[in-house]
Amino acid sequence: MALLEVDNLSYHAGERRIIEGLSLVIDPGEVHALIGTNGTGKSTLACLIMGCGGCRPSGGEIVFAGRRIDELAIHERAALGITMAWQEPARFEGLTVREYLALKKSGADPAACLVMVGLEPVRYLDRLVDKALSGGERKRIELASVLALAPRLALLDEPDSGIDMLSTGDIIGVIEALKEGGAAILLITHREEIAHMADRASLLCGGRIICTGTPVAVAERYRERRCIVCDGTECDYA
Amino acid sequence: MHELETILDALRETGEDRSVLEAPGTAHLVAEGNAILSARSVPGLEVDTQETTTGIAATVLVREGVRIEHPVHLCFGVVHPRGLQKIRMDLRLERGAAASFIAHCLFPRAEKVRHEMEATVDIGEDAEFDYAEVHFHGPFGGTTVIPRSTVTVGRNGRYIGSFTLTTGRVGILDLDTTVHTSEGSITELTARVLGSGCDRITIRESVSLDGDNARSIIKTRIALKDDAFAEVTGVTEGNAAGARGHVDCMELLRDRAVARAVPMVSVTNPLAKVTHEAAIGTVDRRQMETLMAHGLSPDKAVDIIVKGMLR
Repeated sequence: MALLEVDNLSYHAGERRIIEGLSLVIDPGEVHALIGTNGTGKSTLACLIMGCGGCRPSGGEIVFAGRRIDELAIHERAALGITMAWQEPARFEGLTVREYLALKKSGADPAACLVMVGLEPVRYLDRLVDKALSGGERKRIELASVLALAPRLALLDEPDSGIDMLSTGDIIGVIEALKEGGAAILLITHREEIAHMADRASLLCGGRIICTGTPVAVAERYRERRCIVCDGTECDYA
Repeated sequence: MHELETILDALRETGEDRSVLEAPGTAHLVAEGNAILSARSVPGLEVDTQETTTGIAATVLVREGVRIEHPVHLCFGVVHPRGLQKIRMDLRLERGAAASFIAHCLFPRAEKVRHEMEATVDIGEDAEFDYAEVHFHGPFGGTTVIPRSTVTVGRNGRYIGSFTLTTGRVGILDLDTTVHTSEGSITELTARVLGSGCDRITIRESVSLDGDNARSIIKTRIALKDDAFAEVTGVTEGNAAGARGHVDCMELLRDRAVARAVPMVSVTNPLAKVTHEAAIGTVDRRQMETLMAHGLSPDKAVDIIVKGMLR
C-alpha cells in the first residue's frame, strides 16, 4: 500500500491556479524528488500535504497510510508521522537547540542528530534557535530536528539551499539516515546531485506533474525545457 | 516570624530557593511592609537601613575596587492581602567595584497592595552592576507596583538591568527607568512581563548616551492575553560621537488584549547611531506551524513561544 496518495489535487488562490489536478504516489521508504522551476507549486504542494501556510485544497484528496488527511490540523498530521522542514525555518527566542531537538519525546539523542548535520554539539546545543544563527546553521538544525522526530514521511523543502556546496555531503547523509530509519521523503531540490539520491523523481510545471521517472531521466527532461514554465502543451497552464 | 516564612516560601515563585539566603558569604536584606525581617552583609558591602512609617530606606555602598563575589539578594514584599510598602534605595558603586543584586518582590496574597520603589544608582568609573528584579504578585491582580529608578553609569562602567514578572497576575505596573551614561559605558535594560485578566502595564525605559562610544540596548518582551493592556515606551538619545543604541520591543497578543509600543530615538551628534524595532501582533504563524509539525498541539505551541520570548 502506498504511504502517501495525492489524487487530483487542486489549490486555487483566488483566480490563480497554483496546483491543478495533481496526482502523486509515494511508497513507504521511498525518496521522491520534486523538481521544477521557481513558482511552479512545489512548496505549495508540501504545505498542502502538511496542512500549513493557510493552504486547503480546492479539490481532490490527500491520503496518508490509508487515511484521508486533508481536513486534519497540522499537529494531527504530525501525530500520524508527517513532518516538514521549511525552506526558511522559523526562529524562536529563548528556545535552545537542545530543547528544540527534544520537542517531541522520541528518544533521539540531540547531540547525535547535530553531528549528523555537521554541527558540533558542544558549540550548538545550548545556543538559541534565534536570529543569531546563520541561515545555513538554522537549516542544519531544522534537518537535525527532522532526524530527531524519526518521521514516516519527511517533507524537505530545499534542504540544500543556504548551505555551502562543500556541505552537500551532510544533506545527503541526512537523507540516507532518514531512509535507513524507514522514512519516506518528498525532496524538493534544485541540485541534481541531491535529486539523484531519490528513488524516483517528478517534474512539476504549472501546478501539475508532467512526468515521473528515474531522477536522471526527469532531470534530463527538465534541462531540455527552454522556458521557465512550459507553453501549456504539457501542463495546460497557459 | 510568620511574615518571614511566607516571604521565604514565595521565593520559589521567582525561581529561587530559600536556602540561598542561608548561604554564608551571601548578603541579603528581607523586608516585609516596613519591617526589616533579616539582614546580612559581607565584607566590602556597606548597607544602612531604616524602617520608615510606610516602608524602608536603604543606603548601599560598594567601596572602590571591591567585587562582591555572590549576588546580593533583596527580598521585598507584603504578605498580607492589603498593605503598602515604599522602598527608598540609594546605591553607589565606587570606581572599579562590581556587584550583582537580585531583588525578589513578593506579594503572594495581594488583593489590594501598593508597592512603590524609588531608587538612585550611581555606578562609578570602570564599575559593573547587574540588577535583576523579579516579581511575583499572586493570582488576584490586586497589586499596584510603581518602580522608579534613575541610574548614572560612569566612564567605562557597565549596567545590566532586568525586570521580570512572568508568573501570576500583574495587576497594575508602572515601571520607569532613566539611565544617563558616560564615555565607553555599556547599558542593557530588559523587561519581560506576562499580562492577563485586566492587568495594566506601563513601561518607560530611557537611556541617554551622553559619552563618546557609549552603548545601550533596551529590550522589552511583553505577552498579553484576556483583556490585558500594555504600553511600552523605549527612549534612546545618542548625544555623543560613536554612541550606539538600540530599542527592541516585542509584544505578543491574544484574546482581547491591547498593546502599544512607542520607540523614541533621537540623535544630536552626527557620529552617533540609534536604531529601533518594534513588533506587535499575535503569535507568528510560521512559528506555530513549525512547532505543530513537530507534533505539538496549538496550545502547547503557543505556550512554548510565549515562554521562550519571556525567558
